[in-house]
Amino acid sequence: MPEADREKPKKARAPADAEGPRPPDWTDGLKRLYDSVVEEPLPDAFKDLLARLDGDEQ
Amino acid sequence: MSDADGAWDASPGEAGFKRELTRVIPHLRAFARGLCGRADMADDLVQEALLKAWAARERFEPGTSMRAWTFVILRNAWLTEMRRNRFRGEYDEGVAERILVQPSQQEDPLHLADLHRALLTLPPERREALLLVGAGGFSYEEAAQICNCAVGTIKSRVGRARATLNRMIEDGSMPPRSASEAAAHRAILEELDEIASGGGKFDA
Repeated sequence: MPEADREKPKKARAPADAEGPRPPDWTDGLKRLYDSVVEEPLPDAFKDLLARLDGDEQ
Repeated sequence: MSDADGAWDASPGEAGFKRELTRVIPHLRAFARGLCGRADMADDLVQEALLKAWAARERFEPGTSMRAWTFVILRNAWLTEMRRNRFRGEYDEGVAERILVQPSQQEDPLHLADLHRALLTLPPERREALLLVGAGGFSYEEAAQICNCAVGTIKSRVGRARATLNRMIEDGSMPPRSASEAAAHRAILEELDEIASGGGKFDA
């Protein structure tokens, strides 16, 4: 519908590759699950591993 | 300015690679957590993937997506571990309380922990497709490249994953918390049996 198109700013519409009329509520939860891990502080094990990468050159 | 590229440091490419690699670690951890559920196992996978990425650093093309490149490596590590059935014996039935994220807003009708458990009951190839597209924000095309399959296959997997989760959430067929670890466990074991016996789905 052209009218509906005009009413909504492009940003508010579902991305072109989304299927179905509107993503269900839980899709946001999926993103938050992912982001919650992304935002966790990095465990020391990873810092240790990164530090070892340089030194381990044979 | 560009004349200096590569001249000011003995290995600027390597330093840049490491910087980019460091930046994607949180994303690798998030993808791995979604794939295998257990935080400690997910981090083991990420560490393995990081070492492999470092060893293969000369094959990385600067300017391309480090996140996509390392996701391929992580995914391969995950598939290898599944084939070895490493996950089977170590699945921790009580792990959900420890690893699952508590929703910050209590008015949220759907707890993220429930969603995560539902996600873990999906067949692995649908789970990874949904994670890449629905959580990681990759396009279908990028996800198809990561999974080394056709774009249509990814679309179909994402569609099926969404449909299954929709059904579970809408009709309340998500297993209750007390039973859900067992259900997820059973589902995972069934998937592993299928993959271990056939494996064709994941040939890449």
